[in-house]
Amino acid sequence: MEKKKIRLFSKLLLGLTAIFFYAPILYIILFSFNSSRSLTKFEGFSLRWYEKMFSDSTMMEAVAYTVIIAVLATIISTIVGTLTAIGLSKSRKLMRGIVEQVNNLPIMNPEIVTGIGLLMFFSALGVKKGFLTLLLAHVMFCIPYVILSVTPKLRSLDPNLADAALDLGATPMQALWKVIVPQIRPGIISGALIAFTMSFDDFVISYFVTGNGVNNISILVYTMSKRVNPSINALSTLVIIIITVTLFIVNIIPILKEKKGRKTT
Amino acid sequence: MKQFRNMALPYIVWMAAIIVVPMLLIILYAFTVKGNDVATIRFSLENFARFFSDTVFMSVLKRSLYIAIITTIICILLGYPIAYAIANRSEKSKLFWILLITLPTWINMLVRTYAWMGILQDEGVINYFLGFLGIGPITMIHTTFAVVLGMVYNFIPFMILQIYTALTKMDRSYLEAASDLGANAVQSFLRVTLPLSIPGVISGITLVFLPAVSSFFIPKLLGGGQYVLIGNVIETEFLTSGDWNFGSAISLAMAVIIMVSMYITKKVDTDPAANRKGE
Repeated sequence: MEKKKIRLFSKLLLGLTAIFFYAPILYIILFSFNSSRSLTKFEGFSLRWYEKMFSDSTMMEAVAYTVIIAVLATIISTIVGTLTAIGLSKSRKLMRGIVEQVNNLPIMNPEIVTGIGLLMFFSALGVKKGFLTLLLAHVMFCIPYVILSVTPKLRSLDPNLADAALDLGATPMQALWKVIVPQIRPGIISGALIAFTMSFDDFVISYFVTGNGVNNISILVYTMSKRVNPSINALSTLVIIIITVTLFIVNIIPILKEKKGRKTT
Repeated sequence: MKQFRNMALPYIVWMAAIIVVPMLLIILYAFTVKGNDVATIRFSLENFARFFSDTVFMSVLKRSLYIAIITTIICILLGYPIAYAIANRSEKSKLFWILLITLPTWINMLVRTYAWMGILQDEGVINYFLGFLGIGPITMIHTTFAVVLGMVYNFIPFMILQIYTALTKMDRSYLEAASDLGANAVQSFLRVTLPLSIPGVISGITLVFLPAVSSFFIPKLLGGGQYVLIGNVIETEFLTSGDWNFGSAISLAMAVIIMVSMYITKKVDTDPAANRKGE
């Protein structure tokens, strides 16, 4: 009897948790199809806010900037982060320790502190706030996550394998590309995924380092949310869809590949 | 294998420039007073004196800490049972629920906070349902309640995941041993499960308290323009008033307060464990 009660309670708790997490997300999706301006009364289905969003050049620019920055930051930070992690795994312990500590700074620091630090840094260098500063900032906070997700894979890697490849006449490039990288691929992929979503979703750091009309989606939502503007719901729905699809693809492809692999063997 | 060692070099240079230098700049600005160029820079503690002697800033700091502590406590009280419930489910169901908890954290925090703006309105969906029960409308938007709710909503997944990890890492045989030795369910929870899951709670506290203290868009969106937390002061100093020296001093003070509270939390965690080993 007691056990049954506990199980019922835990089911109820988890049910409420799911509602708590997903109701706001569903709410925003629902109201993006509202025919009126109201954020509180649903008055009929319409696509007018989507039309408005797609015809609004500032919104479309923000979407473009967000995607371009996220893709570039992901590519750069995945390559640099992976190479650095491999390099560090062969470095002296002291060096590795120092880099790991410094690397943790952007992860451990409050985002606002990182943001203002970068703001002053770029201004001291005389770099104009805009696309370049935004990209550099995103690369800066993405690389540590890539290193963090690749490093554990390297630890479990047999160090003799790369040596064997070199002994057998592979160039270091070949050893790297054909022996090391394939074995740490899951770490690289999850690092890239974290980098992409971190960049795509970033608000605080971007808000401080950007300028000259270069906005990403988050900054636009922040500045527009001061007034009622249902196009934000449409834009938010777009964000939710892009992230969900990305997560879905990244998680589903390995499963499909595995299944295919099983069939052929 | 030394061939690969050099591959870390470019990043080390980059890291020194773009991670370390900005931190040094914050310290430099915090301890100096505005000058027109390098020659007129003057070291002083004026910025800190101004911050800590101003009653308005002090009440903002107190409010920020208060909100962050309340948020953290709520996250523990709600997050623990949720994590516990998930940890006790079947393997497949565990995966499903963890995915369910993780998924929203991947979606833009600003967008998810914005979603609550509509829900919490006086004519919003909550008050609509309360109306059926004959209650309200209760003003929720632009209150402390809304700000804390927004923070709990955004940060509780971190707490749940940390506690869950600690609970699943726990060796189940301890529980069997406890019940063999005659402990009832409540006793074995209080004396076995709870102490073993404390490290998860501690790292959860870190992950909730830190963003809660420094958040500035949650108070802005859900607390309204009048609701000022320490993050909002920093934002204003840097983007509106342009007093970088003062802004840096506030950021540095905040970072130190956060570090000290983390240190105390970790101390509280490790001390009893050390004592227990000594028993």
